[in-house]
Amino acid sequence: MKYLKFFLIVIILFPLSSINAEENDKRNKITKNLRCLICQGQSVYDSDSEFANSLKIVVDKKLQEGLSEDQIYEYFKTKYGEWILYDPGLNKNTYILWLLPILIFLIGGAIIYKSFIVKK
Amino acid sequence: MKNKILPFSVIIIFGIIFFIFYKGLEDSKIYIPDVNTKKQIPVFNTKEFFSGENVKSSSIFELDKVYLLNIWSSWCVPCRQEHPILMNLNLENKLNIIGMNYKDNLKNAENFLEELGNPYKEIFIDLDGTIAIEWGAYGVPESFLIYNNEIIKKYIGPLNQELVDEINLLIK
Repeated sequence: MKYLKFFLIVIILFPLSSINAEENDKRNKITKNLRCLICQGQSVYDSDSEFANSLKIVVDKKLQEGLSEDQIYEYFKTKYGEWILYDPGLNKNTYILWLLPILIFLIGGAIIYKSFIVKK
Repeated sequence: MKNKILPFSVIIIFGIIFFIFYKGLEDSKIYIPDVNTKKQIPVFNTKEFFSGENVKSSSIFELDKVYLLNIWSSWCVPCRQEHPILMNLNLENKLNIIGMNYKDNLKNAENFLEELGNPYKEIFIDLDGTIAIEWGAYGVPESFLIYNNEIIKKYIGPLNQELVDEINLLIK
């Protein structure tokens, strides 16, 4: 009987703890990608300011409401603008940031191809 | 001729990249919030400050009226400095000043109003700061000028006489 009780407790608690852990991971991931707007160089995850603490509560609420990660980012973007995200999307202000590495890679590749492979 | 094109194009491309980054240096790296965007006010449920009764945002903000929402707290020093200006604004104008009590102890907030006066037509509570996030606010004090359920202008930090003049001009 004792073992049965123990077994039941383990069965009941195990999935709950794994769900909680999953939600925590998601929450940490999201808050790490949100900039604490009133702090210097800190993410919401790192900061303990009033602003960041409130933001963490809002992220929790939105996760409980069933919003996806992208939907939560979109929500904060409408409230505070693109600046709140550490990982900026591709738009007219950031296209150089995204395209420059590809451009440099292509130019570099062309130089290497011309000077080494074609010469052979 | 072929040999010359390559170094020449490399120099041009690096010149363009240098120019882009050099221009980028001139941009301000300090975040300046957008204070002029016309946004709809958020919909939320909260509690009234004095009675503790549940209130809906739609019952606080009516259409065709100008409101000034002021986020304040008794622990916030700049709010204390701003308070006499709000008192004056309340006396001079037909502007409806609404207070949002931000992450405060109710007793302290009541003492604050008793000591400095109450310029607010209505006050509601934001105990965990989440309603302020809905408004896109950063902290205390902060004020929003609202007309027809739209945010006309946002004032971050304490109001001063200059800003009050601006508000008076906007609501004329």
